[in-house]
Amino acid sequence: MTNVVEIRNLTKTFGEVVANNKVRLDLRQGEILALLGENGSGKTTLMNMLSGIYHPDSGDIFIGGKKVVIHSPEEAKRLGIGMVHQHFKLIDTLTAADNIWMGTEYEPFHLDEKLAFADECNPCDSSDPAELRAQKFRRFKTRLKLRLYALKYKLGAFISGQPLKKSRFDRIDKITRDFGFELDSRKRVCDMAVSEKQTCEIIKVLFYGANILILDEPTAVLTTQEIQKLFATMRRMKERGCSIVIITHKLNEVLEISDRVAIMRKGEYITTVDTKDANEQILTELMVGEKVELHIDRPKTDFDRPLLEIRNLTVKNDEGSVAIDDMSFYIRGGEMLGVAGISGCGQKELCEAIAGLRKIESGEINHKGQSLIGLPPKKIIEMGISMSFIPEDRLGMGLAPSMSITDNMMLKTYSEGKFNPFVNRKKARERAKQLISALNIVTPSTETPVRRLSGGNVQKVLVGREIESSPNVIITAYPVRGLDINSSYAIYDILNEQKKNGVGILFVGEELDVMLALCDKIMVICHGKLMGVVHAEKATKEQLGLMMTGALDLKIENAKPYGIAKDSNITEKEAHDDKNE
Amino acid sequence: MNSSVMAIILALCEAVRRGTPLLLGTTGEILNEKSGSLNLGVEGTMAVGAITGALLGLSTSNMFLALLGAFVGGMFCGLIYAFLTITLKANQNVTGLAITIFGGGLCMFVGETLKSTGKFPSYTTEFFAEITGGGIPLLKDIPYIGQLLFSYNALVYIAIVIALIVWIYITKTKSGLRMRAAGENPAAADSVGINVDAERYKNIVIGSGIMGLGGVYMALFINNGLWNTDWINGYGWIAVALVIFSNWSSARAIWGSYVFGLLLALKSRMPSLASAFPSVLSWSTAIPTEVFDALPFIVTMLVLIISSMRKNKNTGCPTGLGLNYFREER
Repeated sequence: MTNVVEIRNLTKTFGEVVANNKVRLDLRQGEILALLGENGSGKTTLMNMLSGIYHPDSGDIFIGGKKVVIHSPEEAKRLGIGMVHQHFKLIDTLTAADNIWMGTEYEPFHLDEKLAFADECNPCDSSDPAELRAQKFRRFKTRLKLRLYALKYKLGAFISGQPLKKSRFDRIDKITRDFGFELDSRKRVCDMAVSEKQTCEIIKVLFYGANILILDEPTAVLTTQEIQKLFATMRRMKERGCSIVIITHKLNEVLEISDRVAIMRKGEYITTVDTKDANEQILTELMVGEKVELHIDRPKTDFDRPLLEIRNLTVKNDEGSVAIDDMSFYIRGGEMLGVAGISGCGQKELCEAIAGLRKIESGEINHKGQSLIGLPPKKIIEMGISMSFIPEDRLGMGLAPSMSITDNMMLKTYSEGKFNPFVNRKKARERAKQLISALNIVTPSTETPVRRLSGGNVQKVLVGREIESSPNVIITAYPVRGLDINSSYAIYDILNEQKKNGVGILFVGEELDVMLALCDKIMVICHGKLMGVVHAEKATKEQLGLMMTGALDLKIENAKPYGIAKDSNITEKEAHDDKNE
Repeated sequence: MNSSVMAIILALCEAVRRGTPLLLGTTGEILNEKSGSLNLGVEGTMAVGAITGALLGLSTSNMFLALLGAFVGGMFCGLIYAFLTITLKANQNVTGLAITIFGGGLCMFVGETLKSTGKFPSYTTEFFAEITGGGIPLLKDIPYIGQLLFSYNALVYIAIVIALIVWIYITKTKSGLRMRAAGENPAAADSVGINVDAERYKNIVIGSGIMGLGGVYMALFINNGLWNTDWINGYGWIAVALVIFSNWSSARAIWGSYVFGLLLALKSRMPSLASAFPSVLSWSTAIPTEVFDALPFIVTMLVLIISSMRKNKNTGCPTGLGLNYFREER
C-alpha cells in the first residue's frame, strides 16, 4: 500500500516546551490509523501542523510523495486534508449549510483544464514555419482570451459578492445523502445536538474534497450508540478510499476501529503497530513506556450517614429554562456516587447549585443536617465541600490561565493567616512542587503560566488543588476528561484515597466503563430528571445507555421514588413541608 | 392646519438631516463590528473624514471631491486601526479610543491652524447653493410629500443606498457570509480557509471610509462648512450605540438613525412644534434647551442598558466581537 502522508523529523516548540521532537509518521492509502499517546505527547500539535494551524519549526511533510509546506488551513484544504477538531469549529448562529458554504472557493473556473483543451484544439505541429507561426499565434490568442475570461469571471464574482442562492442547501443535502449521513442543512448549529454538530463537521471536510481525514477525539462527547454510528461512517469512508487518522484515549475504541496504531510519547514518535497484533496491555506499555496495572480499584468502605442530601432540587440554566427538575439524591461518607448523562443534561448546573454558584429555584441541599441554601460559595468551601468542574475547554472554570501554577494554588488558600496582608508564595510554591511530582505534571517550572501547559496537565493542577484543601465532600465533574491512562489512574487513586478517609464523592463522568468499575452507585440524569440510581456492581452499560437517553425510567419501572435516604438528616416534617410547597 | 402640518414636516425633515450622519457612522460601524472589530474610533474617524472632505470640497468647490476626500480620510483612520489591532494585535478598545482622540485632535489642529492664519477656505456661492439646496427636481415640488421625501441633498439618498447595499452584502452574499464568519468565530473561519485578517482589514477600511462620509456631512451640511471646534459633537458615539439599537442590521439602522435624528432635531424644532400645537406641547417651552441637548445621549444610555439586559440568542451581535485572533494561541 502506498503512503499518502509521510511526516519526517517534524519539530515544533512553544516557548520552552517542545511539543513535537523529530516526529515521523506514515499514513497509508485507505486505512484508519489511530494516534495514541498520553496527554501532552503532542498528538494534537502534530495534526494541527498537518492541517496548517501551526507551522512547524523544522522537518518535512510529504503528501502523495511530494514535499509540501503547509502555511494555512486553506492550503491544507487544497491538499485534501480535512480535520475535525476536538472543539468543533462551527459558527453557532449560522445554518449547517452556511457553515460549510462559507469555506468554498469562488465557483471554480478550471482555467488549467480549459487551457489544456484549447491547446489540444490548436495544435502547433506544422512543419511549415509560416504555418507554425500562424498556429502559434492562434494558440496565443485563444489562451489570452481564456485568461481574460477567467479574470472577468473572478472580478464579477468579487464585485457581485456572489449572491447566496437557495441551491446551496441542495448541494449540501446531496453530498449528505451520497455519504449516507443524516443532517438537516437548514438547521442552525446552536439548535443541534453534539452528534449532529460532529456530522456537520465531517460533511464539511468531505464537501471540500478531503481524502485525508483527521478526527481529534471524536468520541469524547458521544454516547455509546452514537460512537457505533460514527465508527460505521468511518468504515464506509475507508471503503471509499479515504485515509483517516483518529486521535482517542479510549483503548477499546482504538482496537475496534483502527488498522494500525501509531504511538507517541512526550513529543516523540515511538512506533507503529498493526492493531491485530496489539492489545490494551501492549498499547499502554508502549504509550507510557513502562508496565502499568490496568485495573480500577473500588475499595470497600463502611458507608456513613448521609453527608450531602439533595431533596426536590430545581435549578434553571443560563437561558432560563429548567436544567435540574425536582431531583433528589444523597451521598454518604465513604461513598462514591457516579452521575451519568449525555453532556448538557444538567450536570453542570447541578454542580454549580451545590457549590453555591447558581441560584436555586426550589428544593433543599443539606450538609450534615445543615441547609446550604443561600450560603455564599466561600462558606460552602469552608464547610468542606469542594467542587472541581472540568469544562470542555478545560480552562473555563477554576484556574486563571495566565497565572502560574503557584499563583493558581494560592487562589483558594490566600486567606490563610487572616491578619497577614501579604501572600505566602513560598508555601504555595512548595505545594505546587508537591503536586507536580505527585501527579507527574509536565511543566518547565512552577512559574509557567497554566495556559502554556497541555490540556491534561492543566487538569491535573485543578483536580490536585481541589483535593489539597482536604474537603469532606468532593464534587468532581469530568476529572479525567481527555486525560491519558496514566494520569487518569493517578486521579482515580487519589479519589479512592479520599473515599477511604470517609469523604463523600460525587463523580460526574463520561465513560460508563470507568464509572461502572469505580463508583459504588450510579445515578442517571436525562434532561434534568433523575432516571434512577443503580448499584454499579449490578448495572450494565446498556441499561445505563437506555436510561441516559430517557428510554428507561427506573422510577416508573419499579414504581418507587429514588434518592431519599432512610436515615435522612432532614426530618420528616421538613421534607413534608418541602413537598407541600 | 396648514402651519401645523408644516411644523411636523419640518421637524421630520430636520430628523432626516440629522439622522443621516448617524446612519453613515452606524453603517460603517456595523461593517467593523460584523467582522469582529469593536471600533470605538467612530468619533475620530468621522472627524478626520470631516476635515479632509471639507477642506478638499471647499477649496475646489466640488462635491464629489469632498466626498472622495472624506472617504479616503476615513479609510486612513481605518487602516491605522486595522494595522494596530490585526497586524500588531493591540487591544481593540484602547486602539479605538486612541483613534477617537487622534482624529479629534488632528481635525482640531488643522482647522484651528488654518483658521488662525486666516487660510481656512470659505465656500463659493455656487458651492453654498449646492450645500443648502439639493433635492430631486420636479418631485420635490409636490406639496408636503415632496418636502418630506425628495427635498434633501444627494448624500442623504447615498447614505440610504449604502445602508441597503451593506445589508444585502452582509445577509445575502457569500462575501458577507465569510465576513460574518470571521466576526462570529475566527478560529472556525480560519479552519475552513477564510483569511480572517484580510476579511477584517477589508471591512474595517471600507467601513471607516463610510464613517468618513458621515463626518463630511457633519461639516458641510450640519455646520454649513463653517469652522467649528466641535464638528462631530458626539454623533460618533451615538452611532456606536445605534449599532446595538439596530441589532447589527444596517437596514434597521435606517429608521433607527432617523429616530435619533428626531431626538437631535427637537432642540431646534420644538419651539415651532409647540406653537403649532399649543394645547399638547405648551409644557415644552418650560424645559431648558440643555435638556434637549442631552436627550439623545440619555436615550443612548437607556438603549445600552435595555439591550444588555435582554437575553436573546438571536441578537445580531457577533460572538467574536472585540476579540483579536491569534492562530497559534493555546
